[in-house]
Amino acid sequence: MAEDIPVDVSGLNHWFGRGEARKQALFNVNLKVAQGSLTVLVGPSGSGKTTLLTLAGCLRDVQEGSIRLLGQELKGAQSDLQKTLRRRLGFIFQAHNLHGSLTALQNVLMGLQVHGRADPELQAKAARHTLTLLGLGDRIHYLPDNLSGGQKQRVAVARALVGNPDVVFADEPTAALDRESGATVVQMLKRLGQVRGTTTVMVTHDNRILELADRIVTLEDGRIVNDTAP
Amino acid sequence: MSQLLQALFGRLPIGWLQLTHNRTRFAAALAGVAFANVLVFVQLGIMNSMATATLKPYSFFQADIMISAPDANSMTEGSNVARQWMYQAMADRDVVAGTGLFVASVSWQRADKALGLTTYGVDPTQPVFLSPEMAKPASTLQLPNSGILDRFTRGLPRDETAAIRPQSPLSFEANGITLTLYDTFAGGGGFGGDGFMMVSDQTFLLQFPARSSGAPDHILLQLAPGADPDVVAARLRDVVSDKSLRIRSYAKAADEDLRYQQTKRPTGIIFGFGVIIGVLVGIVIVYQVLSTDVADHLSEYATFKAMGYGQGFFLSIVFEEALVLGVLGFLPGFAVANLLLLAMASATTLPLAMTAGMAVTVFIGTVVACSLSGAIATRRLVAADPADLF
Repeated sequence: MAEDIPVDVSGLNHWFGRGEARKQALFNVNLKVAQGSLTVLVGPSGSGKTTLLTLAGCLRDVQEGSIRLLGQELKGAQSDLQKTLRRRLGFIFQAHNLHGSLTALQNVLMGLQVHGRADPELQAKAARHTLTLLGLGDRIHYLPDNLSGGQKQRVAVARALVGNPDVVFADEPTAALDRESGATVVQMLKRLGQVRGTTTVMVTHDNRILELADRIVTLEDGRIVNDTAP
Repeated sequence: MSQLLQALFGRLPIGWLQLTHNRTRFAAALAGVAFANVLVFVQLGIMNSMATATLKPYSFFQADIMISAPDANSMTEGSNVARQWMYQAMADRDVVAGTGLFVASVSWQRADKALGLTTYGVDPTQPVFLSPEMAKPASTLQLPNSGILDRFTRGLPRDETAAIRPQSPLSFEANGITLTLYDTFAGGGGFGGDGFMMVSDQTFLLQFPARSSGAPDHILLQLAPGADPDVVAARLRDVVSDKSLRIRSYAKAADEDLRYQQTKRPTGIIFGFGVIIGVLVGIVIVYQVLSTDVADHLSEYATFKAMGYGQGFFLSIVFEEALVLGVLGFLPGFAVANLLLLAMASATTLPLAMTAGMAVTVFIGTVVACSLSGAIATRRLVAADPADLF
């Protein structure tokens, strides 16, 4: 089954810039991520972790090589297919990327409304529940400007998870969180993998997370140099 | 408003929330849209007033066909027409009546300034050629050297014109002859004169001794009931010996006069350009407002794109904003433009007024311009990968 391997990267090369300034960021990357697993990408800054994450997460066009996401080839994918796949993903960005004009609840609702019209009451209930699980039950009507950095990041996590995604891509999701909040988020992701089979691919520098990972992939200078299961 | 938009679009009213998030900027955006509306309204008002002023004299008369000289591009311009062509035309089975119409400008020298009155000389024994509104006051024209005056003449005190009655006439001297005004009618200052005056053809010829009764400026014809003026005009063009004459239905003559004023006369061209410039400036303002808003939220839109929202979603946000700015910017723009047009009309006696057509056109134009501007501003979002926009 293709979806037993929801993320299948093979022979991936990627460049940034043009002409003389063109620089290769990824070199012949091969990676298969099993369903329900928590895979952590580690490596020094500039090693290509975020580039790999955004390519696998359908946020950049594949230049050379292949990425099969949820059984679909991303190289040359049309915008309709990209849109359909993105709706099955949850993305937690390094910068929380919350919409400044929307409250915490409304930001999380955006993660549900992408799937189309549904009962607004049920959607609001699901969004409130997710925010409460992340310890933000008393902040649901706050605008991002009135939330701390950690609270914003938890709202972004809630937005990514509220739609029950098949794959979660997370770029430094715990960087802005305190130890307890960070552990809550990672344990939540881990539990989603165990209960629902949600696959998580995460970029992090946070050593606290590594012990919870099913697999640790190390990148250096655009190449995978180590791939271990702790 | 928030709930109304949510019901309308079936999603969170992101456009509204975005716009109202920064109240000061929202107020500035509304002021920009309102200013664009005022600009277009005023230019359209001036343009419309020229059309109204051009067509006004045609409403004084009742005719089906008008015969004019080949160089008569408007009612007040051109050479004379020999009266003999009227008799020739009247030989047609569908022509039941004909009359000559004289036109010239009379200068009324007052203590402070001279007023230019566009003066029509008509046959007072044929009131059938006058509109019902003109026929009543024109009954006094059979008196020698009498006239009726446009009560809205620019530069004439309203109480002075209001006092003109058959029992309290007003006399003044023009071209060496004393004219006595016995009544008034509703005209209005135009671009070619301060007002209108109507006299009998005999009085007109006394005023202008160089003119001949056998050569009026235009010939007006009335047709038998049911006759098609265009068909009869075509027939008359064959019958009348002078093939250079302009023989047209009365309605067509008015249309051609208006087109001439709008496209050939400098004032018309200037006003036309004024409307175009007003619309362009308006589009630039709303484009600036919308494109700045889209640019400011590009990273947030990119996040939505990364979540799986499509171009239709972004266009619906832009359309929502266009609707909000269009409606809320239109209302103060409409109110201010109304006041400006009223003030300008009062100062110039030009028929400057807000019309329902103008209001609907400008409102739809504003929403369309806002929508297009926003749609253009979201193009960058379509082309770019979300990861490049965070």
